[in-house]
This record gives sequence, structure tokens and C-alpha cells, in this order.
Amino acid sequence: MEDRDRMDILKKVPVSEQDPKVRATNFEEVCYGYNIDEAKEEASRCIQCKNPKCVGGCPVSIDIPGFIQEVVNNDIEEAFKVISKYSSLPAVCGRVCPQESQCEERCIRGIKGDPVSIGKLERYVADWAREHNITPDKPEKLNGTKVAVIGAGPAGLTCAGDLAKMGYDVTIFEALHEPGGVLVYGIPEFRLPKDTVVKTEIDNVKSLGVKIETNVVIGKSMTIDELMDEEGFEAVFIGSGAGLPKFMGIPGENANGVFSANEYLTRNNLMKAFDNNHDTPIIAGKKVAVVGGGNVAMDAARTALRLGAEVYIVYRRGEEELPARVEEVHHAKEEGIIFKLLTNPKEILVNDNGWVCGMRCIEMELGEPDASGRRSPIEKKDSEFVLELDTVIMSLGTSPNPLISSTTKGLDVNRYKCIIADEETGITSREGVFAGGDAVTGAATVILAMGAGKAAAIGIDNYLKTK
Amino acid sequence: MQVEKERGFTDMAGSNGYTITKKESLANSIYLMDVKAPRVSKNCYPGQFVIVKMDEKGERIPLTICDYDREAETVTIVFQAIGTSTQMMAQYEVGEEFRDFTGPLGHRSELIDMNREELSDLKILFVAGGVGAAPVYPQVKWMKENGYEVDVIIGARNKELIILEDRMKEYAKNCYIATDDGSYGFHGNVNDCIKDLVNNQAKHYDLVVAIGPMIMMKFVSILTKELGIKTIVSMNPVMVDGTGMCGACRLTIGDQVKFACVDGPEFDGHLVNFDEAMKRVQMYKTEEGKKVLREKEDTEHHPNCGCH
Repeated sequence: MEDRDRMDILKKVPVSEQDPKVRATNFEEVCYGYNIDEAKEEASRCIQCKNPKCVGGCPVSIDIPGFIQEVVNNDIEEAFKVISKYSSLPAVCGRVCPQESQCEERCIRGIKGDPVSIGKLERYVADWAREHNITPDKPEKLNGTKVAVIGAGPAGLTCAGDLAKMGYDVTIFEALHEPGGVLVYGIPEFRLPKDTVVKTEIDNVKSLGVKIETNVVIGKSMTIDELMDEEGFEAVFIGSGAGLPKFMGIPGENANGVFSANEYLTRNNLMKAFDNNHDTPIIAGKKVAVVGGGNVAMDAARTALRLGAEVYIVYRRGEEELPARVEEVHHAKEEGIIFKLLTNPKEILVNDNGWVCGMRCIEMELGEPDASGRRSPIEKKDSEFVLELDTVIMSLGTSPNPLISSTTKGLDVNRYKCIIADEETGITSREGVFAGGDAVTGAATVILAMGAGKAAAIGIDNYLKTK
Repeated sequence: MQVEKERGFTDMAGSNGYTITKKESLANSIYLMDVKAPRVSKNCYPGQFVIVKMDEKGERIPLTICDYDREAETVTIVFQAIGTSTQMMAQYEVGEEFRDFTGPLGHRSELIDMNREELSDLKILFVAGGVGAAPVYPQVKWMKENGYEVDVIIGARNKELIILEDRMKEYAKNCYIATDDGSYGFHGNVNDCIKDLVNNQAKHYDLVVAIGPMIMMKFVSILTKELGIKTIVSMNPVMVDGTGMCGACRLTIGDQVKFACVDGPEFDGHLVNFDEAMKRVQMYKTEEGKKVLREKEDTEHHPNCGCH
């Protein structure tokens, strides 16, 4: 590494990826990750700040310089142990966290060059641990106190894992037939492999002693009152996510061939419709428009592309305003997704048989910033045009499912049906009931949900200790 | 057409499955099964549904609850083996397990939560079409067990397809049978039978609960609107998760979009946009839908299938 010149050290070690032309036709992972030499070289770029700013950018406060130093030392197992103290899902986070706006954004290296690729290093360590069958240390002492966690997504898995490490007897109740939440139904295989990465990290949480009961819809199969009064759970954490898809309310939206991104992705990811050995069908479409500009929209678009469609992203604001991660937009463009920016749908056109045949759109321009701080889009006069399509995927965001809040007395929600919970502790209006993640904030990121699960685990521990 | 149940039970190792404790053939290709599912059985009510996933690779199949036994911790389902998945389901035998069985989902029948005095004043006619007799049955049973007498029509194309007649008669005050071909009971469809009861036999009803094929529910709703009788129908659109997540089951009810899984499955029949719902339920069955799927299958392992 001594032979790297001064300019080189300012640049991160590039990571190898699957060729865009090839990957546009398969569901294999896009990014290959670092090998040991690349990881060590990248790790050596960390200057081991005394007051590391990166840690403050991490919602679960991983000791980033600590694990990176172990990579430099070539002790990857120790690096994994450092990360495992803070995170139960490092192989997931190394792949899907928006590091560019969190840890890496604050990296001192970033002032004069590229920040250290913390995410890629985290991924390397977690993948190495998986390949070498390293699992997190088991809790030393059990206290026998029962805690229920609702939802086996990022918030629930993190909260459960942390509570198990403290010695609690934790059961997760999951509504679907597989644990993982958005990690299994939402994020596609090519960004987050299920059988290897997700399953292993869930198994790691189970190896801490956490029980997972699938097919239990809290609010329907059982209420929170029953959990606490009849099944002996002393505290409950709600991490049920934001599952309800939004639609635009424009004409033609119920036509055949219009799907929510949730439906399209669930069929493909959870039900594995892309694989003909599985029974669930998917109508992939030949010419597909995905309406929206977030990460979910990119996932839906890139899924449709891989299923053989020509795909448009239709988004009412401009490139700058796209809420998706830059990396996802970049990957989507590389693969051949066509971006129709500053464009808003007005109506979905339907043929005589009830199927989508096009979408009437209007061009937009940006006006003054609105309440969200983003410049608000305004319709351009006389700019309507028709996009010929056979499939439309609505990716406009999701809101929390009211199944739990509507069946739990004394649990306050705000006007968006989000559960009201304290950010620091997860405490809700109902004693012994804690909440965090998308169920509280509305749709956000995996790592923010994990941060909330972590905070609530501490909140629950404090509550049960003083009860 | 027979479908082989070739996949076996490879992922049942943990035996967290849901065991079939009883299987009965109700008619040609219509089956009844009791399935051990303690959590579902404990809290389910008439009007609600479950989702069954047979094995690792199976679809999530929504089925309305036909009965339940809280002591035996079982739930009864009835299904017609018409599609690939339901034909495979028909080959499961007593002692075998379904991998997943989720529920109860959706709202229970609004009758259960109705003011008891109000309910006892209502003259109710249940109209069951074909396999729709299965979700009607627990409602009729619940009414009788709670002291209310109701009338029932069971309609089908012919005598062979009339199911649950004996059980229904146990709980209904009057149980009328109607067959399209006249091979049993009243000669005519359920609408002809309703008209006969109201117009010729001076029967009076305040409420109709109609459950069956969408086309039947549509025409019953048109008739009862003319007759001025409030009507509840149970919608069975395409679903994936059944918990409000995918929106595949969305329906237009009046001027609102509702999800059958979390807002229903029962709705005011006079407000349902049946034409739209019938088109949507055909999405994977119509020529266009099939063509898309066929194209996918034609290439066998299309370049993206990831299984090679």
C-alpha cells in the first residue's frame, strides 16, 4: 500500500459490480463486494479519528473505527464481534443503508476526497463471518421475563436481538409466512440476496434465543391485551412497519395491469414469482411505467426490467429531487431504465377489456419550495401527452397498517395513523407497550427502523427493571 | 384434469405445520377440510377468512371460514378444485400438513356486532350460490345458536353441486334449494327463487346476505335494489398477503376505493362496482392475462428466472 501515491489515498477502492447489460437479465446480486485485499486497503484509509464523527451518523452507533482497525489487523472475526455488539443485521445494512447521508457523509476523509467506504467494509466483515460460520455470542444469563415483539422486520429483529442479549425471553410474532418484513417482501434479490444474507442474519437473531412465530396477525389472530393478560408478556414492542400502499386517485387506477409497488414486489420477492418453480403468478408487462421516485420505485422498475419489460420511471419533480439513493438511480440508469422526470400522470387509459393501454401525463416545472423544502411541481399548460403502456406500478409511498392501533385500547396515533411513540425510548401512550420503525415514523429506511428497535430495547429494559 | 402433488413436504422439518384432521368430499371437486390451527380457531368468527399456503412454493390462497371448533382448535375450510393450486390442495389427506395457515382475516359479519334487539327485528334471507354455501353456513349457525331464525336459499347449477344442505337445514328455519336445471328443488336460479318467495309466497325480508360467484352477487344486488331490500355481499377478489399490504383486492364501493382484505370482505351489495371487480378477478384468467403468463412459460426458463 506504500506505493499508492497521495492522490490515490483520496480515492476509495472501487468495488466490482456485475456488468449492467448482463445483470439487467438476471436477479443475481449487482454488487460483488470487496475481497480481502481490497477490504484491507480500504480499511487502511481510515485515519482512526480520536473523536469519530462517523459513529454519530450511524443510527445504531456502531464503533466504526473499532471494527475497521480489526480489518487492518486482519482479524475479521474480531471485527464482526465489534459490529455485532451494535447491530444484528450487518450484512443487510452494509448493502441497503444510505451510508452517503449517514456515517460516510461525516467521514473526515470526505472533506478532501472520497469518504472511507464504511458500508462496503461492514458488508465484507459480515459476509466473511457468514462464510466462516461465525455467529454472535450467546447471552450469558437469562432473566426469564417474557417480551413480545410484533413484526419480524428490521425494527423487530433488532429490538428482539438486543433484548435477547440482555437475557429476556423474546418471541416475535410475524403476520406473513416468512420473517424479514421489508427485507423479504420489498427489497429485491439483486440488492439483497434472501437465502444467503437475510436468512443467515435472521438465524443469527434466533441463535440468541429469540423465537419467531409466523402467520400470526396481531390485531386479528390475537390482540395486544391477550399477549399481556393471557400469554404472560410483560412488555410489547410494535414494529409492524408501514404496509398500506397509497394510490393516486386518478381515473383508471383500478384497471387490470395497475399494481401497487408493494404487490408487484411482494409477488416477485416474497412469493418468488420470477422463478417458475413457484406457483404465484406475476404479470410482468412489456411496457411498464413506475410512478414515483423513491428507492421502492427503483426496485420495482429494475424488477420489471429483469422480467423483460421496457421500463419508465415517471416522477413529477426533477433529478435533484429524486428521493432514491444516488447509487440506486445510477444503477437503474446503467441498466436502461428510462427516466421521465417532471412528468405527472393524469389518467390511466383503459381498453375495452379493462386492461391498461396507456397513461395520459402532463409535463411539470418546479416552482417555489413547499413545506417539505423541495421545490413544488406545477403543471405546464398544454403539455399533455400519452405514454403507451400495458402496466403501471404505483410507488407513491406507504402508510402504517391500522390493524394493531385500531384493536389496542389506549394506544394513541396521529392523523396519519402513525403510532405516537417517544423517539428515545419507544414509550407509547399505553403502559408496557413500545413502538418504533415505520409504524411510528411512516415509511423510512431499514437502518432508522433498526435504530428505533435498538432504542426501544433499552427503553423496555429500563421499564421492566423499574416496574 | 388432474394435477400431481409432486412436491412433497421437504420443508416441514420443524413440523410447525397445520394438520388436516378431517377431509370430506362434498360434491364433485368440492372438498371440506378441518385444519388444526389453535390461534385462528380461538378468535375467528363467521364472515372472516384465512390464507392457506400449502408448501414452500405455493400461492397464498384466501378461503372464507366455513366453521370452527374452539375446543378441538380446528377451522373448517371448503374449496372447489378448479385451479392448479386448489387441485393440488385436493390431494392433501388427513394427517398431512399445510405449511401456513393465517387468520382470522377481515371483519366478522356485521350481524354479530349488531344491537340484539335490532337484530331480532330483522327478517333475514341468506342466499348461497355454489361454494358460497360454505361462508353462509357459519352465519346461519351463529344466528340460530344466538336465538335468531333465518331463511336460506342454496342455489347451484344442478343437484350434484348443492353442498352442505343437511347441515344448513339443521340451523335454518326454512332452507330452499334452487337448481338452474331443475334437477333438485326449485327450478330456476337464486334470483328466480327470491322473486318467488317475495312475490308469490308473500315472504317479507329486511336484509339479504348473498354469497357466491360475483356474477350471482351482482344480479342478486340488482334484484334486491328493485325490491328495496338491504343486501350484504362477501367479496372474493385476487389477494396476495390478505393484511392490507398489496392492494390487489381493491374494489370500488360507492365512490371509494376499499381493500376487501382489511375493509371487508363483506360490503353493501348496492354500492359494489361488480363489473370492475369481475374484470379484476379475471386478471390472471383472461386471454390477455394468460397470454402474458404463457409467454413467460413458453420460454420455460426465461433468461431471468434465476433457477439455473
